[in-house]
Amino acid sequence: MDEALTYVLLMLASTLRVATPLVLCAMGGLFAEKGGIVDIGLEGKMLMAAFFAAATAAVTGSAWVGVAVAILAAVALAVLHGFACITYRGNQVVSGVAINILAAGLTVVLGTAWFARGGQTPPLTGSERLPPLFLPNAGDNVLVYAALLSVPITWWIIGRTRFGLRLRAVGEVPIAVDAAGISVAWLRYRAMLLCGLFTGLAGAYLSIGQNAGFSRDMTAGQGFIALAAIIFGKWRPLPAFGACLIFGLLDATAIRLQGVKVPGLGEVPVQLIQAMPYLLAVFLLAGFIGRAVAPKASGVPYVKEH
Amino acid sequence: MTVLRRTAPGPLPAWAEIVLLPLVNIALAFIVVGLVVAVIGIDPFHALRLLVVGALGSSESIGYTLYYATNFMFTGLAVAVAFHAGLFNIGGEGQAYIGGLGCGLLVLALGDVLPGWLVVPLAIAAAALFGAGWAAVPAWLQAWRGSHIVITTIMFNFIASALMVYLMVNVLIAPGSMTPASRAFAVTGWIPAMHDVLQAVGITVAPSALNLSIVLALACCFVVWVFLWHTPGGYALRTMGHNPEAAVYAGTNLRRTTMVAMCFSGALAGFVGVNELMGVHHRIVLDFPAGYGFAGIAVALMGRNHPLGVVLAALLFGALQQGGAELAFEIPSITREMVVVIQGLIILFSGALAQLPRPWLQSLFALRD
Repeated sequence: MDEALTYVLLMLASTLRVATPLVLCAMGGLFAEKGGIVDIGLEGKMLMAAFFAAATAAVTGSAWVGVAVAILAAVALAVLHGFACITYRGNQVVSGVAINILAAGLTVVLGTAWFARGGQTPPLTGSERLPPLFLPNAGDNVLVYAALLSVPITWWIIGRTRFGLRLRAVGEVPIAVDAAGISVAWLRYRAMLLCGLFTGLAGAYLSIGQNAGFSRDMTAGQGFIALAAIIFGKWRPLPAFGACLIFGLLDATAIRLQGVKVPGLGEVPVQLIQAMPYLLAVFLLAGFIGRAVAPKASGVPYVKEH
Repeated sequence: MTVLRRTAPGPLPAWAEIVLLPLVNIALAFIVVGLVVAVIGIDPFHALRLLVVGALGSSESIGYTLYYATNFMFTGLAVAVAFHAGLFNIGGEGQAYIGGLGCGLLVLALGDVLPGWLVVPLAIAAAALFGAGWAAVPAWLQAWRGSHIVITTIMFNFIASALMVYLMVNVLIAPGSMTPASRAFAVTGWIPAMHDVLQAVGITVAPSALNLSIVLALACCFVVWVFLWHTPGGYALRTMGHNPEAAVYAGTNLRRTTMVAMCFSGALAGFVGVNELMGVHHRIVLDFPAGYGFAGIAVALMGRNHPLGVVLAALLFGALQQGGAELAFEIPSITREMVVVIQGLIILFSGALAQLPRPWLQSLFALRD
């Protein structure tokens, strides 16, 4: 009995550890998407933040400075996305792709130039990593709890504040918000700032929380899994959080199922489990399991009438 | 009553719109690249010189430049065709991967039985079919189920990658091999290398990865040009891209046109597999699309979605890829990923921020008047 309980607790812990960056990233993405900005650059922001967190921690010796610089890096990319999509009304998908590719290249270029380790940062030890808070050896650093907190905070901001109400309006009918004398651009920029903040935390978690350093392409598609979680959660914080947990559980199971024969099923290919979030998102988008409807104005630049 | 008002800058002249604005965009991207190079402590002009020599300095490097350009032509055309239909295909990576699976499977199955003049065209067709098939699913989901093609094609990249890892590790791996690669193709399934072909007609060039796939790529450019601008189907496709309502009014079947555009696009991306697997590796390997699918977006944006522009942009990107590799060899603190940075910046400045220099140019032209 005890063994079963320990097993469940271990699974829960590893699920949470895997889901933390997904949750933070998905909450960040929600702000952008709710405000009508399609952000497929979550992956790039997270990757850039992960690099700058580890690089800063390695140089300064402080994980906390690393977190701060990670947030700055992600916010810078988020503002760049805003600059291209809000101010210059560029294509949001193109801008997102650019940010992903830029981050994939820049992290390795800067990493190699600064640390000469083939794109990796030096291994981090001691105060250069985020310490566990309550449980020894469980990896429960402050960002795990931040991820858990980010869900009610996002829910509250989007659902219960004036800013949230206006943000939702801007994602649906921006002209109404404009007519009420509220700046569409400034609302959307604030959404991007929040998006940068959360994706920055997600990236910092990857490189100085969960792992001890940055390695190239370490986000490995997690930004897109977070995007899938947003879709799966039908653009609502709590269901998106649930989707992140499911995807985290899938990932945690995939690690444990490697080479194990499941009774009745035989050996389940690990790749199938890894592809599950993407498959589920496609099924959902196709309307085979419920219907996911994006904010109406998403992807459409707003042209202010004079 | 006359109101004194600063005259609003007028529209740009056509030549500035077509030539100057794109050039300014690319110049901006390269200025930022120069800054990045300077930040890591290297003289940008020295780096540029090494890059140009590395890309064009010998017949071997020119061969590699053209070999990379072949891939960029395929994926650039793929993005451009979909773009003309108003569809954003970011699934080139996955379509190239599955296209490679298609030609690889065919060569593995029939390469030992049939003669080369039959295997090669069949394998090229298989690459097109598989690439088109992988694009057809997101296309169908968009046309009939209304799911957004950007998201589904992204997801299909990851699904393709997972599928290929599974197939390579569990099914197609050569018996007794430790690395996940298939057994070697029979020689009938090889696309002849360019240095061998030239040798046969008496011209000696240094061996490189360049193979006759580049002829296929150039033929594709021509076919795309004819199709888009000189056939009713291409006209319908472009009309849909400009104005779907008008296209419906003109009798275009949007669902069918979406399928045509995406299948065409996927087939073009699938040809990357021909160049890589039948031309160079001669077996199915993992991760051979190596970012060409995404780079296709930069190629198409820079080439302004025109086949001729795509050829020019692909040549530039090929030169960057080859020159970047040589640069990384010469200067250890620069990595090949510098090319990825350049791609990202070009997508940013030629795509998302394309309108950034317009006001500057407008004021310049207003000054002249």
